[in-house]
Amino acid sequence: MSTTDRLTGRLNNDAVLIVGVVLALYALFVVFGVLIGLDADGIVSTLRRLTFLTAVYALLALALNLQWGYTGLFNIGVAGFMAVGAYTMAMLTAPVDPGAGGVPGLGLPLWVGIVGGMVAAGLVGGLTALPALRLRADYLAIVTLALSEIIRLTYNSTTFQRFSVAGAELGTGGASGIPGPVNPVSTVYYTDPASPASPPTALGGAIFDFFGGFGLENTTVIGWTYTLVLVVFVGLFYFLLTRVGNSPFGRVLKAIREDELVASSLGKNTQWFKIKTFVLGCALMGLAGILWQGSQSLITPALFLPIVTFYVFVALIIGGSGSNTGSVIGGGLFAGLLFLGPTFVGRIVDASFDLGGAPSTFTDAAATLGSLDAAPLLAYSLDRVSTLRFVLLGIVLVYLMQRRPEGLLGYRKEPAAAVDLSRRDAPEGGGGPAATDGGERR
Amino acid sequence: MSESTEASAAESDTPATEDDAATAAPDTRSAIEGKGPATVGEIDPEAESDVERAARETPPGRPLRVDDLRKEFGGLTAVDGASFDVEEGSLTGLIGPNGAGKSTTFNCITGVHTPTSGSVHLYNEEITGLRPHEIADRGLVRTFQIARELGDMTVLENMLLAPKAQRGEALWRSVLPGARQSVRAQERELRERAWETLEFFEIDHLAEEYAGNLSGGQRKLLEMARALLTDPEVVLLDEPLAGVNPTLEEKLLDRIHELRKQGYTFLLVEHDMDVIMDNCERIIVMHRGRVLADDAPAAIKENEEVIEAYLGANV
Repeated sequence: MSTTDRLTGRLNNDAVLIVGVVLALYALFVVFGVLIGLDADGIVSTLRRLTFLTAVYALLALALNLQWGYTGLFNIGVAGFMAVGAYTMAMLTAPVDPGAGGVPGLGLPLWVGIVGGMVAAGLVGGLTALPALRLRADYLAIVTLALSEIIRLTYNSTTFQRFSVAGAELGTGGASGIPGPVNPVSTVYYTDPASPASPPTALGGAIFDFFGGFGLENTTVIGWTYTLVLVVFVGLFYFLLTRVGNSPFGRVLKAIREDELVASSLGKNTQWFKIKTFVLGCALMGLAGILWQGSQSLITPALFLPIVTFYVFVALIIGGSGSNTGSVIGGGLFAGLLFLGPTFVGRIVDASFDLGGAPSTFTDAAATLGSLDAAPLLAYSLDRVSTLRFVLLGIVLVYLMQRRPEGLLGYRKEPAAAVDLSRRDAPEGGGGPAATDGGERR
Repeated sequence: MSESTEASAAESDTPATEDDAATAAPDTRSAIEGKGPATVGEIDPEAESDVERAARETPPGRPLRVDDLRKEFGGLTAVDGASFDVEEGSLTGLIGPNGAGKSTTFNCITGVHTPTSGSVHLYNEEITGLRPHEIADRGLVRTFQIARELGDMTVLENMLLAPKAQRGEALWRSVLPGARQSVRAQERELRERAWETLEFFEIDHLAEEYAGNLSGGQRKLLEMARALLTDPEVVLLDEPLAGVNPTLEEKLLDRIHELRKQGYTFLLVEHDMDVIMDNCERIIVMHRGRVLADDAPAAIKENEEVIEAYLGANV
């Protein structure tokens, strides 16, 4: 089997695997939608939300996989680097004159904002890495977690709500946040991208009419368009990081994860490799932050709580740290089964059975248990299903750590090399180098 | 870069005679010195210290020289003014009772520890206090007392990690479509060398196994094979035979002798006295952080101090 055959073979298998998982999740959520009694538009927008969350968690898990899965850098400040990316983008692109109560920015074009956001996240990552990567793994974790909170609280602070640098007015908006830029996807649909009330463009009108025929709302169509952009970015991240992994560079990263002293004793400047990897991973997290929270109408500090970092770790652990395909699948399974799933199950039970009004306290809920009536307790639990999600997360993690600590795909042998190592080009024993060595065999 | 790869490939491929080795080794060296990263440690002739001048005047053929090396850990002096040198193309033994400071000396030479005082020279260049990767870059490579294979990587991945100045270690070359071609070309070259070296050590049948699944002895072989792929001049072996069965031990020693004939220089720490006496031309005995004796095996056997300090009733 030639090199390309093997590589494309694996890529095809992985593509089939990812598509299979996504289709299975779609099937599940279509069933959920039907059980709840959603109409066509409701089901399609449910699938959109599922795809959106899968994509953003896949992006973040891929970036984290480079740092943690490949290099063993325990970065638990993912949310902080996302915040730097999203905020920098918003501050660079916000209008210079926002009107009353608005947050002023530099009014730069969107692409400058996106590149600026990535660079800023990478720089903050680099600045953290310089001192922190000299420390042992657990200390890096503490430093990054602290940093991510410092970043969030800085954006939350009133001090930076509005400030001026070299005569230019800008601000973070403080706790009330800063508006995200107009989603460029809307330019396809509306003559005035900022206002959905404006008449649709010719192309936009045609697309609206076509999908409207299936009962889809315009907002669902626009939402799906942006979600597809995210899916393209997942593909780009995957491609980039697979290349990084399957190269001599990736090989050194793996060696650092396994035993840093060995790598440096073989002449590798491990500090430099770690810094580069950390900066690249943080820049990608910044971009993921832009694509996710930057696409919301309002970017607030509360979107970047440490829980987001925790979710990304769960996604990566489920998928299998060290595997890019695993990262994407982990993103899907986390978003579908652990994040959205419980709320949908709650809604289905709520829609199928009449449990009566949910009691407001646990004591009330448990009171009827004496008379063997569990309905109030069930209603109480369903009412708080998003809190129960953490219980589910905990159970899944404990089970996984016991039964399959390497995650779904973490066991896979993905040799870090740019070529297929098991293959040899030179003819065996046909003169040249191989022959002399062969001659030494006893 | 490719020059040095080829030069050393030629070197390890031909079962060279002693004469070949003498000419081959300096060639490799000049090729390595001509490379980029070596400029880091370049000596400004104006600012040369006495030590450095003395070092330059030492006759060639002493690639590794340790002068008055001291290493203190808090109140404990692990190495207390050790001085010795290692002859080019030789197999020199370093022995001493437990706690004599052998491993600490190794760690000071290879940059794992920074010596408290004293100096280490590699081919007249001072390498004292350089970082491990800088020292490995200059042609001094080591193996570890307890084999440190990279368990979750295959044997081939372990091997391919070693070669120096790989193009694909630059992030942009690994990623950019045009530049990646040259990375792939070099990977194919290195793959070939890795396979050859594995064959030389007769562990090629394990090439695709995870290194963590290898036996203790096979790990030692892998470690030595991996070290050789860095194109070293001087190889420091820290107890390469510990935990290796007699058949494999024989095989390993054969390989070391063969490589020595090809011009590699070996410094060997070992506890098995018979192995040391039978295989090394010269033996350095350390005791309590100092060099107690430095002589041919026959003379070491006669040395009263050594017998008292270490060999005891064994001889």
